[in-house]
Parts: sequence; C-alpha cells; structure tokens
Amino acid sequence: MLSVRNLTKTYRTAGEEIAVLRGVDLDIAAGERVALTGESGSGKSTLLHLVAGLDAADGGEIRLDGAAISALSDAGRAALRRDRLGLVFQQFNLIPSLSVEDNLAFQARIAGKHDAAWHGELVERLGLGALLKRYPEQLSGGQQQRLAIGRALAAKPMLLLADEPTGNLDEDTADGVLALACDLVARTGCGFLMVTHSARLAGTLDRQVTLHAGRLT
Amino acid sequence: MSAERHISRRAFAGGLALLGLPRPTRAQGFAGLGADADGYASVTPGKVFSFPADHGPHPDFRIEWWYVTANLKDAAGIAYGAQWTLFRQALAPGAQLEGWANQQIWMAHAAVTRADAHRTAETFARGGVGQAGVIAEPFQAWIDSWTMRRGSGFDANTISPLELSASGKDFSYAFHLEADRPLVLQGEGGYSKKSEREQASYYYSQPFFKLRGRLRIDEGPVDVTGQAWMDREWSSRPLATDQTGWDWLALHFAGGEKLMLYRMRQKDGHDYASGTWILADATTRRLTPSDIRMTPHAPVEVEGHRLPVAWQIAVPSLSVAIETAPLNPKAWMGTSFAYWEGPISFAGSHAGVGYLELTGY
Amino acid sequence: MSRAVWILAVLLSHWRRHPMQLATLLIGLISATALWSGVQALNQQARASYDRAAAIFGGTRTPMLVAQSGATFPQALFVKLRRAGWPVSPVLEGRVQVGGHSYRLLGIEPVTLPAEVGDAPTIGRASLQAFMTPPGRTLVAPETLGELQLAEGAAPLASNGTSLPPLAAQAELVPDVLVVDIGIAQKLLNKPDQISRLLVGKSRGLQETLESVAGDTLRLVEADAETDLDRLTDSFHLNLTAFGLLSFFVGLFIVNSAIGLAYEQRLPMLRTLRACGVSARLMNGVLVFELVSLALVAGVIGLACGYFIAAQLLPDVAASLRGLYGAPIPGELSLKPEWWIAGLAISVAGALIAAATSLAKAIRLPVLAVAQPQAWRRAQRRWLLLQSGASLVTFAVAAWLLWAGQSLIAGFGVLAALLFGAALILPALLEILLSLGERAARSALANWFWADSRQQLSGLSLALMALLLALSVNVGVATMVETFSRTFLSWLDGRLAADVYLSAIDDAQADAIKTWLRGRREVTAVLAGGRAEAQVDGGPVEVLGLPDDATYRDHWPLLQSDSGGWQGLQRGESCFISEQLSRRMHLSPGDRIALSTPGGDWPLQVAGIYADYGNPKSQLAVNAAALFQHFPGTPQTRLALRVEPGKIPALVTALSEQFGLDGRNLLDQAALKAESTRIFNRTFAVTAALNAFTLAVAGVALLTSLLTLANSRLPQLAPLWAIGITRRQLAAVELTKTLSVALITALLALPLGLLVAWCLIAIVNVKAFGWRLPFHVFPLQLVKLLGVAVAASLLASLLPVARLARMQPADLVKVFADER
Repeated sequence: MLSVRNLTKTYRTAGEEIAVLRGVDLDIAAGERVALTGESGSGKSTLLHLVAGLDAADGGEIRLDGAAISALSDAGRAALRRDRLGLVFQQFNLIPSLSVEDNLAFQARIAGKHDAAWHGELVERLGLGALLKRYPEQLSGGQQQRLAIGRALAAKPMLLLADEPTGNLDEDTADGVLALACDLVARTGCGFLMVTHSARLAGTLDRQVTLHAGRLT
Repeated sequence: MSAERHISRRAFAGGLALLGLPRPTRAQGFAGLGADADGYASVTPGKVFSFPADHGPHPDFRIEWWYVTANLKDAAGIAYGAQWTLFRQALAPGAQLEGWANQQIWMAHAAVTRADAHRTAETFARGGVGQAGVIAEPFQAWIDSWTMRRGSGFDANTISPLELSASGKDFSYAFHLEADRPLVLQGEGGYSKKSEREQASYYYSQPFFKLRGRLRIDEGPVDVTGQAWMDREWSSRPLATDQTGWDWLALHFAGGEKLMLYRMRQKDGHDYASGTWILADATTRRLTPSDIRMTPHAPVEVEGHRLPVAWQIAVPSLSVAIETAPLNPKAWMGTSFAYWEGPISFAGSHAGVGYLELTGY
Repeated sequence: MSRAVWILAVLLSHWRRHPMQLATLLIGLISATALWSGVQALNQQARASYDRAAAIFGGTRTPMLVAQSGATFPQALFVKLRRAGWPVSPVLEGRVQVGGHSYRLLGIEPVTLPAEVGDAPTIGRASLQAFMTPPGRTLVAPETLGELQLAEGAAPLASNGTSLPPLAAQAELVPDVLVVDIGIAQKLLNKPDQISRLLVGKSRGLQETLESVAGDTLRLVEADAETDLDRLTDSFHLNLTAFGLLSFFVGLFIVNSAIGLAYEQRLPMLRTLRACGVSARLMNGVLVFELVSLALVAGVIGLACGYFIAAQLLPDVAASLRGLYGAPIPGELSLKPEWWIAGLAISVAGALIAAATSLAKAIRLPVLAVAQPQAWRRAQRRWLLLQSGASLVTFAVAAWLLWAGQSLIAGFGVLAALLFGAALILPALLEILLSLGERAARSALANWFWADSRQQLSGLSLALMALLLALSVNVGVATMVETFSRTFLSWLDGRLAADVYLSAIDDAQADAIKTWLRGRREVTAVLAGGRAEAQVDGGPVEVLGLPDDATYRDHWPLLQSDSGGWQGLQRGESCFISEQLSRRMHLSPGDRIALSTPGGDWPLQVAGIYADYGNPKSQLAVNAAALFQHFPGTPQTRLALRVEPGKIPALVTALSEQFGLDGRNLLDQAALKAESTRIFNRTFAVTAALNAFTLAVAGVALLTSLLTLANSRLPQLAPLWAIGITRRQLAAVELTKTLSVALITALLALPLGLLVAWCLIAIVNVKAFGWRLPFHVFPLQLVKLLGVAVAASLLASLLPVARLARMQPADLVKVFADER
C-alpha cells in the first residue's frame, strides 16, 4: 500500500550539505504496524514528513495506493493528507480554540467524511465522553494525545503517521495511548508508521525498521 | 412607445412640451394638440385672406408657423435640402401684453441636408422683448440672428422676393427667394380640415419659389440654386384627440406642377388624407381622402425610431403613381422635440423632388 | 464549499476564545471608518451645497457678460446680442427683504437659459408655464420655506410692499435665494428693462464680435472650473480631511496591532490545518475572506458612527462655513450612495493594509515549523534602524516641501511629513533613552525594568506612535486656536471701534436715518462709509471707504504703516491694504498701485498694511469721501455711530422700530463682537471635537496594545514571580513602565506639537487664508495636555495591570507546565 523507493533528501545549512536520506526503501501493507527508530537527527521525522507530503524529496519515489506523492502539487498533497492520511505529532497540535468534540471531528469534516457512528465509537474508545465540551488546554497530556489520534483516524485514513506521539508522556500514559492507537488501527485496518526513539515501544509493533546513515536497516 | 415625445410638424408640440404641460397622452391627441382651445379664436370656413396682413402673426390663435423647405443643387450637381421654420405658441389667450409679460413663445428649427450629412439647430425665445417676432409690413420674421425678410421690390401677393438666413454651430445658409406666381390657398379657400370633425387650420402656401444662395456645411461655402416651398398655417386646434401624428409631402414635379399631401394617422386606423394638386399656373384642385393612396415602404430604423422614409404614392384621378426616396434617410431632427424631415426625390409616372415630414413615430 | 465553511469556522473560533482581540480589531476598524467617513460626509455635504450654489443661474461655472462698470445694463443689449448670434440669457439680481430676512433675488429667463447651466433647466422646466405666466412662481429652497414659516403657494409681501409670486420649493436651490422670472424680478426690484448679467451658452452659429455689438459696455467673464466657494473653503475642508486621515491612520494602528497578535497566535493553528490537509490556496482564501468580512461588519458599524458624528458636527461646520465664507449649507445631512460604498471600501482597504504583513506571513507560512531561537534583539535593532532611516527620509521630504512648496497642499504636506517622520523615529528615541536607563540602573530589578521595557518596545511602539501623533496634533491645534482667539479678540477691538453699525436698504433710507439721528443728542458722531468692488492688476478687491475720524485713526489695526498714512488717505492719494492683498500681490508700504474705477485708473500709494482676519477677499481701505467720488453711485448706506455710553440699547431699539431694521442690518458693537466671536469659536469647535476624537482613539490604541501584550508577557513575568517578587510588585512595575514610556512619548510630543502649531500658523494659515498670526506658547495649556496624556495612559494600563495583580498563581505556574 505504501511503497517508498530509493528516497533521497539533502539539507543545506550554513554552507554545509547534510544528506539525511540516501536511498530509503520501505513498504507497508494494509493493517501493518511499523516502528521507525534511529538516533536523533538520523532523519526519522524527515522521512515521515516526506511520506506525509509536508516536504518534498530530492529523489526517489513515494507511492501511496499506487499514486506517486512526489508528483502531486501542493493542493494535491493537501488533498492526500486530508483524505488518506492521519497525522499525529509529539506536540499534539490540537486547535486551542476548538472544543474537544470539534477537534475530533475537524479533519473528517473538511474531508467530507464525517460519520456520526464512527465519531461516537471514537469518543467511547478514546474515553473522551466526559470531556467533549472542554478545550485542549483543559486536558492532560495523555488526553490531548488520545484526542489527536482520534482526529487523525476520524476520516478513516489509509495510513496513520505518528511522529514521537508519546514523547511528551510518562511511560504508563504512553503505553496506554499506544495501545489505544494500535487498537484503533486494527479496527480501521489502516497501515501505521510510528517514529519513536523508544526501543520498548517499537518492540510492541509488528515490525521495526531503523534509519542509520541515511538508509533503512 | 412615446409618440407624445415627438413634435408634430406644424403643430407647436415643441412649444407645448417646452412649457412642461402635463405630457399629453394619445388619448388627448398628439402632443396636446387636441386639447381644448377655449379662449382662442376658432378656425371657420369662409375666411377672406388679406395680404400683407395675414403674413404677420395671429396671436388670437394658439399656434402658427412660417415654414420654408428647399431642394437645392450646387454647380457640381450635388443635391441639398434646407429647412427654415419659425413656430409661435401662445401661453394664454387675450390681449397681447408688453415686455416679458407677453404671452408668446417662439421656437425655430433650421437644417441642411446632403446625402452624407444632416445638420440641425434650434432656438427659443419669448415674445415682447424683440428677440423674436414677425411683422407683416414691412414683412420680416426673425429669431436671434435667423431672419426671413422682404427683399427689394417685395410683393405681398407673391410674398416675394425674400431673404432667408440661419446658422448653427456646424452649418449656415443665406438664400434669395423669388416667385412670380400668386399664393396658393390650401383646402377650401385656405380652410384646411385635419379630420372628419371640426379640427382645421388656415393654410396657404407659396410653392413656386426659385432660390439662389450660398450654404456651408463644415468646409467652405458652396453656391446653390433650386426651388423652395413656403407654408403658412395657424390654428387653435388642428388635431383630433385620437390622432397620433402625420405624414406630409410637398412635391415639385418636373413639369412645373406641385402636389401637397398629408395623412393624419388615427388610433383606430382610419387615417385622414388630404391634399392639393397645383398646376403650373397656380390653379388648384382639392384632393379628398378617396383620391389619395399613400403606402409606406418597410420602415427604416433611424436614431431608435422606425420610420417610413420611402413611399408609394398614387392619385388615380391625376394618373399619378410614383415612388419616393429620401436624399438622406438619416434626416432625423434631433431637436428638443424630435421628428423626421428631409428632402426626397421621386420617379414613376412623374419625376421630381420635394420634402417629406414624418411625426409621431 | 462546506470545506471552506468548516475552515472559516475554525479560524473564527479563535475570536470566540479571544473576544478582547476581536473587540480591539473591530474598535480599530470602526473608529478608523467612522472618523474618516464622518469627515467625508461633512465635506460631501458642503461640496454638494457649493454645487447647488454654483448651479443657480450664473455661478462662476458659466461664462458671462457683465457691465464694465459693474452696474446693471439695458435689456436692449440682450436682444442686440441674441440677434448678433450670441447665445445669451439675461439674469437680474438684487436683494429683497421678506419677513425680516434678506434674500438674494434672481430673475432668470428660462426659455433662453443655456442647457449647460447646471441643473437650471430642470429647475425651470418643471412648471415653466406657471413660472412665466402671471402671477408666476418664486422658487425657493425647502430650507427657506422653513425659515419663512410659510407653505408652498403662499405669496409673502416684500419689505417694499410688493407681493412675491407664490412660493414653490425646489430642492436643487440653495437657501437664501429666491428665483423668479426676469420680468417679475424687474418689477420687484424696480429696475424696468435692466439686467445684471448675461449668461453665455455654448457658442453656435455665426457670431459678431462683442465690441461690434456692445461697444465697450460689456466684458466677458470666463467660466471657472471651480466655484468661488470651492476655492475659498478648500482650506477648511483640507483641514477636516487631514483630521479624518489622521484618525484613520491612528485607527489602523490599532487594527495592525490587534491583527498582528491574533495572527501570531494563530500560526500553530494554521500549521495544524495545513497538516490536516487544507491546501495553501484554500486557507489563504479563507483568511482573506475572514478579514474582509470582519472589515465589512466593522465598516457598517463605522459608517453608522460616522453618520452620527457628521450629524453632530454638521451644525458647527455649517455655521463656520456660513460665518467664514458666506457659504450656505443646509443643516440636514443627506448622503449619496457613493458615500456608503466608499466607507465600506475604505474599511476593507484599511483592514487589508493593516493586516498586510501578518497576512503575508500567514500566506508564506511553511507547513513545518522550524524552531528558531528568539533573536528579538537583533530583529528589533534592524527594525529600529530601518524605521529611523525612513524617518530621516520623511524629514527630508518635509524640509524640501517647506523650501519648495507654495500651495496649501504643500503646507499640509510639510505637516504630514513632520508628524510621520517624528512617529517613525519615536521607537529609536525611546530605545536610546531606555538603554541609557538600563546602563544607569543599579539594582537587578531596575536593570530588568529597563531591559524589559526595551523588549516591550516593538509591541507598544505602534500605540505609542499613535499617542505621539494624537498628542502633538492636539498641542499644535490647541496652541493655534488659543493664539487665534486672543489675536482675534484684540483685532476686533480695533476693527469695531464705533458703537453701533447699521446698513440702510438704500440711499433714501440712509438719508432719512441720518436726518433722524441729528435729533438724537446721545449720538456724538455719524460716520458714513461705503464699499465698492474694483480691480487691482486684474484681480478683484473689495474697496472700503473709511470716514476721516479719530475713531478709525486711533483704532484701525495697522500691522505696518508709513508716517502720515492717514493724511495721505484723507487727500485720496494713498490707501491701506489688507494683509491678504499684500501677500497676494507682494505689496508693501511705499508701493504704488492703480485701482480701476468707473472713471478710469485711480493711482494710490500703499501707506500701510492692516490685519483683516477671516476675510476671504483682498481688501483695501481708502478715504470714504474719495471712494464716493471715484465710485459714483456707490450706495452710501453703511453708517457707524459713536454713542454716549449707556445709551446704546435704547438707541438701537428706537432705530429698529423707526426704520424696520433687523439684526442683519443693525448691530451694536457688543452684539457684533459676540457674533463674530461665536462664529470663530464654532469654527474651531469642529476642530476641537475631532481633536478629542483622535486623542480618544489613540487612548484606545494604547489600551488595546497593552491588553494584547499583557497575555504574551506572562512567560516573562512568571520567572520573576517564581524568584519571589509578588504579583502586586509586578503590577506596580508594569504600571510604572507603561507610564514612563507614555510620559516620555508625551514629553516628546510637546516640542513636536509646537512645531505643528508653527506650521499651522506660519505655513498653512498663510496659504489658506492669507494672514499670519503672531506665534504664542501657552505653557499652562501644555501642562494640561500632558496631564491628559498621562491620565489616558494610566487608564489604558490600569485594566491589564489590575488583571495581573489579581492573577491566580496557578496561571503563572502554567507557564512552566505548558509546552510553549
């Protein structure tokens, strides 16, 4: 379903060229849960951003369900994120001025895929039932990240991308949030690619790939 | 849609509309000319005309005009038309007051026409102060710098010779007119009916003018010669309430005869036609409605108006059957109160030139 | 579509959570729109009135023929010219008294009236027959009907006993004018067969030369594109416009700071939106749509406020224009649709300008946040340098305009450049002052105080700039007004030296009054003066005839004079000229001029220059007897009386009863002074009101800036609280900081304000009115304004500071808990 071939990316900073990705190949099948690990600065987040269409690669190819992401325009990539991807970040990235309920439904609404039954199920599974009228700032870190995962899955994406989703959470909370995420991924049958520096968490997923010196091992 | 916005030819509609009277509707007759004539003198049959007195104004009557149209040619054979018209309109009946209190309003139109040009001008004046007026003896009619005055050796019975001049911002002319035949009384001895009812006017003409003079359109002046036709008419109620306008022709036949025809259009379609056949010796034959067939050709759009600028004319009793064609179809008089008036030529059983006027379209 | 709606809903949700920001934004836009459109409404109303005035049959927009002598001429000339091809139309003008009021009577001839004479033909043609035929009609403005308390159709009696034709209202007419048919006017004014002028229509046909028809009796006066009133009142409207513009910019400062903050706070939200799959194009579109919608809402409210402001100020404006220039303005506001559209457009344009940088930033927003170190100090330095550079350029423009500019616009240009240059350089000046303070600081807290003030500068600078502008304009205008009123009062004392002034209807009445006065023992002198219109070097001047009397010799407000000036005047050899005339024609005492009179040129030596404040026309004063000799036929109807003190009211009452004079033509000195002072006060009432509005808007700008800053300042304050400074202390420090920067700004505004006053007095007034006032400084007034400024800043800072003092410790703790 996701197929990355020979992906390269180089950053230029202060006159110095850093080749972050030097030919990455990666495949994720539907329903497969993959952990992406590596040292700080190894390019984990870069790879995730390229897959999400947030950044453009220098070479290689990313195909999602057969369509080449690298060939899309900004609007096309936005549509891809909206309709087929779910994104979760370390900093939750919720919209502070929207209530929990509206945050949860937001992406599904702009994708035109709002489904009241699925929305209700998400609320229940994420344990947000009592918090719907609250605002993100009134939630704990774990609650915020659960909400962020719910928002990412509300439009039933093909692939869930998560960048250190538990980086700001204590261990117990992190385990709980990840378990919930895996549970929901299984429920929707989408693929799951999670960037993490925690070997312990990486171990709980189906497969683990490590980025080292610009290549996946 | 708005016949009431167009002037009636010799009917001072302009004057009335100028005065901002309630805009006449068709029900009141064209341009208010069917309105009540209370307080004004009536037109009755049997009047004895007296000249030069009748060349002067008749302020007891509501409306009056001095009207000259001319068909001209220059040395190169180029055809022209020219028009000089002075209208008088009384605001109120009664003895004439002095100065600004005078009840008369004067309006004048002048125009020259060539196949490729049509120039017009208009002007207005109040009576009583000398800006405009008509004097019978010594004869002169004037408004601003436009004049029609007697020439030397003037004869009141032929109203000849005359000196005629007018100018607008893009044209001017000065003509000398001479006629050697007497005036022609139209209708029954100068009593001209305009409908089957009592609408009528006093109407006489001098159709035998020979003209020479000079006119200018844009470029330098050209010398012209030709023939001219003068109409004098006055009335207090010339139009029936259900008459909407008219078509009028004055024709100079190549053989020296003249023909005047008009058709008063009525709302019910029963048009009232009349005319006079004038022989070269100035003897006349009155034409009744049954003598005349006037058939318009398909109308032409000019300045947003659909106008029958070409006609088929037949007077079987005179063996006349002719087709008329305008010198310039765009002879629209875009004056404050607008109508069509321009020179024409005709061919068929007879040939010649003349003038056509179309009002109420 | 629904996608865009959802995005808009998300964007708008920000305002719901931050209503104060929304309020700030709307207040800024509303005040900008309201003041601007209010001023525009006043200008539009006034200009429409001038157009009405110009449209009435022979304003200056139509070329005309007038007699060389300036008198009426025979109507026969009209007919002669018409018959020579001239498209002329006669007008007779005079004055009539009806119901105690004096009106301009215009007799027109509607049949020949040129079509291009403004709206005249439509006025005439409405009921031409009724207008021309007996009894005719008197066309009047609806306001005049109200003034006369008469209904349409009434036929009032004029003071000479003749009855006017029935009145008919014509909305196109200006007040104070009666229009009748020329024949009726000739009867009413008793001028049979006479006309005042001939309006000349568009030329047509062959036309003889004017000389060949009328000899040298008439001269052609070419049309002016502008009306006299337009020209005269330009300065007044420019003044209003300048204020409107200033308020507009001050309002935009508020909008700019509110939008800047809101957008800054929304940047993470925008990133999230992009990450969730909103395309850049759609998001930018929705952002602009949001801004335009807000601007439209604010625009509508602003227009309503603007209408209200204009309606409140209109009576004062109308009174000023009438008093200063005799320009009749109806007291009721009527606005064209263009005004509403322009108001909304200016609101939207203003919002877009104010939001331009924020919007550009949001539009160019990269999806991936790049964590950047807070390099505010370097950024601020660069910004300060840039702004100071811009300020120096602006000052250079001001200097160049001062040196090269001649027009009134250039005068205002100097002012504008000066003000904006000063506003631009303000942050740099403050930065310098604050860093000096920082260097001098001894304690740690004091050090932090100065350093933190410096950091706050970029957030507050726009509000402070607004404060500086508003304050300095206030100082400038207040100084000018005060100067004006003092100078004017002492000048009035000189100009109005006699005790009673009266103006008879005609010479016969004047003679009767003189005879009657001879029997009144309390009258110690009857001084007959006169006025004539003439030309010097082709320019029109008003010629004032001064009786040879100590009353004038002792009091006349001469600014400059030769010795023996009055003797020369008495001999009819010299004249005094008004300051306006002196400036316009560059004349000074000793120069010689030739005054054109009906009898030929009258050579005069300039013996002195006198102040003639408030007179839009050039004037010169000669001996009254000499005036009557050179201008035969000048009405000798103006009388000034010296009366024994205490007997004035009785004399005035007796005069008005005896001769039917009313307040318009009989005034005692005290009443005249009061009237003049009232007019001048009202002139500046408008200025003062706009001034107050501007200051209030600047106060709001300061308040909103502080409020928005207060939220973002928590991270800076929380560490101090954590190390043991109480909230109360923190609040006190914040208050002190705001007040000190405001005070510094206010102190800088004082010299700038005086410079503004100098510009107004020495440049703008001279160019606008032709006279210059002596420059005075009023320290007490300055102190008062300083107090107002500090009080405004105090008020503006109280709310945010109080919030800080009452802030829950939990909120401060959150700074450390939250990931920001």
